[in-house]
Amino acid sequence: MNRRTWRKVVNGVMLGLTGLCALATVSVLFFILGYLVYNGGRSLNWAFFTQLPKPVGEVGGGMANAIVGSAKLLLVASLAGIPMGFMGGVYLAEFGGRAFPFLVRYTADLLNGVPSIVMGIFAYTVVVLPMHHFSALAGGLALGAMLIPIVLRSTEEFLRAVPQTLREGALALGANKWQAISSVVVPAAFRGIATGMLLSLARVAGETAPLLFTSFGNSFWSSGFNEPTASLPVVIYTYALSAYDDWHRQAWAAGLVLLAVVLAANIGARMILSRKMSSARG
Amino acid sequence: MGSSAQPALVSYPIMESPATDTSRQASPTPAAPKMAVSGLDFYYGARQVLMDVSLRMAEKKITALIGPSGCGKSTFLRTLNRMYETVRHARAEGEIHLDGENIFTLDVATLRRRVGMVFQKSNPFPKTIFENVAYGLRVNGWDRSRSVKDLVELSLRRAALWDEVKDSLHKSAYALSGGQQQRLCIARALAVDPEVLLLDEPCSALDPIATAKIEELLFGLKDQCTIVIVTHNMQQAARVAEFTGFFLLGKLIEFNNTRVIFTKPEKRETEDYITGRFG
Amino acid sequence: MAGSTLFLDNARPGRPTPPGAAGRVRSWMRRLASGDEIAHLITLIFAAGIFLVTLLLVYELYRNSVLPRHKFGWAFFVTSVWDPVFENFGALPYIYGTVVTSAVALLIAVPLGVGAAIFLAELAPPRISDALTFVIELLAAVPSVIFGLIGIFILVPFVRSSVEPFLKSSLGFLPLFQGPMYGVGFLAAGLVLAIMIVPFILSVSREVLLAVPVEQREAALALGATRWEATWKVVVPYARTGILGSVFLALARALGETMAVTMVIGNDPKISSSLFAPGYSIAAVIANEFAEAPGALYRQSLIEMGLVLFILTFILNGLARLLILATTGRGTEHA
Repeated sequence: MNRRTWRKVVNGVMLGLTGLCALATVSVLFFILGYLVYNGGRSLNWAFFTQLPKPVGEVGGGMANAIVGSAKLLLVASLAGIPMGFMGGVYLAEFGGRAFPFLVRYTADLLNGVPSIVMGIFAYTVVVLPMHHFSALAGGLALGAMLIPIVLRSTEEFLRAVPQTLREGALALGANKWQAISSVVVPAAFRGIATGMLLSLARVAGETAPLLFTSFGNSFWSSGFNEPTASLPVVIYTYALSAYDDWHRQAWAAGLVLLAVVLAANIGARMILSRKMSSARG
Repeated sequence: MGSSAQPALVSYPIMESPATDTSRQASPTPAAPKMAVSGLDFYYGARQVLMDVSLRMAEKKITALIGPSGCGKSTFLRTLNRMYETVRHARAEGEIHLDGENIFTLDVATLRRRVGMVFQKSNPFPKTIFENVAYGLRVNGWDRSRSVKDLVELSLRRAALWDEVKDSLHKSAYALSGGQQQRLCIARALAVDPEVLLLDEPCSALDPIATAKIEELLFGLKDQCTIVIVTHNMQQAARVAEFTGFFLLGKLIEFNNTRVIFTKPEKRETEDYITGRFG
Repeated sequence: MAGSTLFLDNARPGRPTPPGAAGRVRSWMRRLASGDEIAHLITLIFAAGIFLVTLLLVYELYRNSVLPRHKFGWAFFVTSVWDPVFENFGALPYIYGTVVTSAVALLIAVPLGVGAAIFLAELAPPRISDALTFVIELLAAVPSVIFGLIGIFILVPFVRSSVEPFLKSSLGFLPLFQGPMYGVGFLAAGLVLAIMIVPFILSVSREVLLAVPVEQREAALALGATRWEATWKVVVPYARTGILGSVFLALARALGETMAVTMVIGNDPKISSSLFAPGYSIAAVIANEFAEAPGALYRQSLIEMGLVLFILTFILNGLARLLILATTGRGTEHA
């Protein structure tokens, strides 16, 4: 084989290999989806959504409390994290000077990189230790802290994408800066900002580690936000590690529900964003 | 304020003497001009882009500012409503008076309500047609004897847009054509009843038919407010304006009755520009 | 940051404004009345809050890990006792497990991720590339507990029945691949981690590769290089720094990853040379023992490990951002 043919062969083989890498990576998602639909779909029933867990060893029951618990945690997280991320984003995009915005962006990136289990420790030291018990509040705050940097950066980005001419248009009509921001700039970026918030919620909705020792878990309904509270991801974890087939079955079902919600939010958000991109005026 | 309300101005002959053109009655106003600029220097950081510009804009007349790109005419326009303040490191020195009041001591929002502006590229808000026009009213408040609805209709009529949009007032402003969007922006500016209307190359992105509509509309507005228009298009200046100023490299080279500027300019540079020898 | 300088209110006219404080105060009062200063202040407070939250996080981690620092000092990191009864704690087995599983993950994920990134950035038609990138972004969004679920029920049995016997029979002469095969252990944890971090390596590397100037590859092709040669000898070296950044980013994620690892690593604090053996990781021991840790020293020992994780990921993320910035000219939101 001469040198030229050899180079061509290498070319073909290596290009093929990179294609295989891409294929392998992409197929993982379909494997995961397939297994969850196969194992979870069989176990999913009406009781799953409406009933409390049955005592250990009894077959049946559901995860109604964990579904509601997850919703409660996300509510607390939203209330704690979204205003801070949003207002901070407005500050970075519309006000701001030099040094301080840099500091805020830097710490937000730092916060974004904090392992989620460490976020759990944080919420534990700040909420659980002083209160002496686990609570939805603690878990929600841990998730809320994770929301902040995501919401901050997406808000800033979408506000920056609003054309300057719109700000000028509002100012030229006698609006002050604050009026221009609240009545023109933010509404113009609203769809993007809201989508960014949705994506951030989808991301923390599946978090388990920060909840293990903050919201903990609960086999029953929890009232208010001051009690240990069940959540879908934590229940998946505990059920999957249990010794009971029926709990394994339910863990698959819960996994399917969780993944469906997370993927639906992601796909929906990306569709909205790409439509916005293609229809945006110059 | 240290400066007097009536600053000494460099006088330009055409404004003091009766116009030579009788068909276009550009008689100088006996009272003070609507806006008067004197000794204006303008800087972006260390770079000076306007040098000692003095200019008076007659009330209820159209004044056109022409000149090659980068000559400072748009920057000049942006000092009149202090729009330049939105740019970092931009700095104006000199005096600008609106009805004898120093605009730098006026509240900037008040100034911009009195001195409206239409931009080069139409910039309707992502709201309905109605809400676009109503925006200035909602921000500034309005005369309670009239409803917002009436005022919106009036403004759209003044901008010659009413008949085209009266059935789609609550549709997005983005559904309009480019020319319609620009007229919507004019209507939006007119809604707060400005005393002066600044237009920064309002037709540069429009086709000839849409341009003609806007010129016609400006002509109709002349009796209601003072108009200053920056244009790249000399024919446009000749068609619509009573007065024309020629800017070159940050200086106001010549300011005079439009007819004079286009027929027998005093300065060599003006003549070169008018006759297309450069720019 | 280029962009919105529009609202910077720094342009103060020279002569016309009355000099001195009086004029400025009046103008400030006016703007206060109109809401601008209030809005500025409110958003500033929230922005400062973000900074304070992060500061508080660091402070709490530090403050709540004082006891083990006092009692064990640096020995904490090099001893392997874990005795809650006599309150003797050493983090070595956990650190070892974290390092080994992350190393296994990188060994698998880097070639896979970079290879796939080359395919998506250089070879695939844009449409296919976009579609596959979309799928990979979705993969990155899958919660880690789902990976754990798949790991424990699908991957671990597969590792036990196929992967480990195969490795033992082919590479069994290496100490890495000896000993009893449990399924759960370093190998399984490394595999799950690899799957989880591939999307991060891939999407960042793809971005970095796409930022390589077209002329670079055209010059190589014009000299008669094959497609692969142009990519491997010109484009990839050009993007090397950024790709390294993506690897650091992925490493930071792998170190801190908790659920999936906890579910498949075996949770046995032993240092063992075999990848088949069960082990433990920092994140996993925190996840398993924190809620039930009775004593303050016990709990604080766990928190100190959390602090270590925090510092490591902080350094890695910072380095990654610098490296990626150096090649693409902009930072990235993946982290």
